[in-house]
Amino acid sequence: MDMLFSLRSGQKPGDGPVPQSSPLEVRDLTVAYNRKPVLWSADYTAPPQGLIAIVGPNGAGKSTFVKACLGLVPSVSGSVKVHGSPLGKRRSLIGYVPQRESVDWDFPASALDVAAMGRYSMIGWCRPVGRAHREAARACLDRVGMADFADRQIGQLSGGQQQRVFLARALAQEARIYFMDEPFAGVDAATERAVIQVLRDLDSAGRTVICVHHDLQTVADYFDHVLLLNTRVVAAGPVGTTLNAETLHRTYGGRLGPADVPGTRKYVAEAGAA
Amino acid sequence: MDSAEILATVTLRAGFNSAVVVAGTACLGIAAGVIGSFMLLRKRAMVSDALSHATLPGIALAFLAATALGMEGRSLPVLLAGALFSGVLGVLAIQAVSRFTRLPEDAAIGAVLSVFFGVGVVLLSHIQTLATGNQAGLKTFILGQTAAMNRNEAMAIAGLALAALTACVLLFKEFRLLCFDPGFAVGQGWPTVRIDLTLMGLTTLVTVIGLQTVGLILIIALLIVPPAAARFWTEKLWAMLVIAAVLGGVSGWLGASLSALVPRLPAGAVIVLVAGALFLFSFLFAPARGVVATAWRQTRLRLAYAEQAALTALLHGRHPPSRRMEGWLKFRGMLNDGALTQPGREAARAAERNRRLWERFLIHYPTLVPGRANWGIDPIDRVLPRDLVLELESFPESLSP
Repeated sequence: MDMLFSLRSGQKPGDGPVPQSSPLEVRDLTVAYNRKPVLWSADYTAPPQGLIAIVGPNGAGKSTFVKACLGLVPSVSGSVKVHGSPLGKRRSLIGYVPQRESVDWDFPASALDVAAMGRYSMIGWCRPVGRAHREAARACLDRVGMADFADRQIGQLSGGQQQRVFLARALAQEARIYFMDEPFAGVDAATERAVIQVLRDLDSAGRTVICVHHDLQTVADYFDHVLLLNTRVVAAGPVGTTLNAETLHRTYGGRLGPADVPGTRKYVAEAGAA
Repeated sequence: MDSAEILATVTLRAGFNSAVVVAGTACLGIAAGVIGSFMLLRKRAMVSDALSHATLPGIALAFLAATALGMEGRSLPVLLAGALFSGVLGVLAIQAVSRFTRLPEDAAIGAVLSVFFGVGVVLLSHIQTLATGNQAGLKTFILGQTAAMNRNEAMAIAGLALAALTACVLLFKEFRLLCFDPGFAVGQGWPTVRIDLTLMGLTTLVTVIGLQTVGLILIIALLIVPPAAARFWTEKLWAMLVIAAVLGGVSGWLGASLSALVPRLPAGAVIVLVAGALFLFSFLFAPARGVVATAWRQTRLRLAYAEQAALTALLHGRHPPSRRMEGWLKFRGMLNDGALTQPGREAARAAERNRRLWERFLIHYPTLVPGRANWGIDPIDRVLPRDLVLELESFPESLSP
């Protein structure tokens, strides 16, 4: 892994510390809705490699964290830097997969229309979507196994297919860093496999992927790093060392029962004993 | 009025003035159809209603101000400037109410719409009592009147409507993104507030130039009814815009023609009636989403279910089909002398496989059934991606009931 990283940044191993800025640096980020803070003074520095999961109970500010990083909700305080620069200058580096429920799927658009939206900022103001961009969007649909459904109206797709279309749109952005809000929520097993394959491809292509993830059971299987969030940042780091009974207990408190998350029974039992 | 006269007006042969008015109103209808489509998809249809009602106090105040300054009170630019001012004020008031209070937006719209309109009506009654005596024309702004319109005004309306239309065509991609997923647009760095304001501005423009012809109560119909009717015909945005433009244009054209023939008939009402008739027709007969087409699809679906059940029963030598189903299968060439023909057996096996895969899909992923798929009937290979179909096929038989 060290070698891969060094090769990508054009440095030979042993050249000494490389002043490599993190893909995402969040400092003291606070967000409040109606005077109630949902995210409180969050600090986070994303590692240069590996898939990252944001985990926490409902209402812990996971989506808010992502939206604040993207500038979709105003923050009360704090700063977000993407590859060392303020967000405003790095928009083209950022890809986004919102929650599936955030849009009206009855909208008159085909899967290809939606995927092509990922190209809009490259196309620029007032210009139509040209053939090259449409083909690029079609290739992205193909990567998520949706090429056969390119011309289908989006309302006629299943939940998993709609999620794949959103993923294709993000791929079409050709970003460096991807924020995904619950990409595995309510999808079928085939879609889940297709999505995780795409995420791993992105990771090995040197892209940063940060996912809000609701399923504790699969965190360790799918992700390399974890950010445990409950209004504040509880813990962050590699999954193996960060995700343990103590941190889970601090993140979820009494809300976590073994029945809720069968896969983490071990962690929870330890947490109860501690 | 005889039919020849009607025909002459509708086909623009009843004098240049009337032709210009009719063409101008048609242009207005086209622009309103396109801009209204985006407003409908942005779920802002009612905001444009509030906007149009909020223009009335502006018109009245502009008249009073101009008269007080010794100018001609009924000068159109002055009145429209007033309408623009108070219309924008109304929209800002809605945004302020829904942003700084916990009231839902529809309550804010209702409050602003009625208060502004009430103020306008009071001001108008006050103007009626004044001695200037030149206020008669003001009332035409409420219900619209094409007969009083002159050539230059009609040309100005046409020009502005076409300008608004051009802006809409240029910003097609931006508006589509804004209407579908504003959050994603912000994430990409698009200035959504400015794009939203542009769309709102174009709506305001169409509303204000439509005040004279359609009137402020009914201009909303020209912005909503043609797009809503167009939605029945298509699942494509560009097609929806074209159809809405055509329906809006036809409504404006016919409405203005009829109103020009009968000077006492409010143009707005006639235009809205034409648009309403087109809406009713689309609602009933549009092939994509119309009521008749939907009912027809459901009938065919029921027949397909019955046919499948009968074929499966025959294949396994279970109970024979009903007399009517027997006749139907014979007609389809699937049954001969009480036994399945070769095509009949093939259809039965295909139906059985399809049904089995559908059942597995429904058992394993009950929440994921595609919105408009017909369970068990639509070929599953056409509805689901290939990897998912392969997965369903790989499930052991015991998982099916």
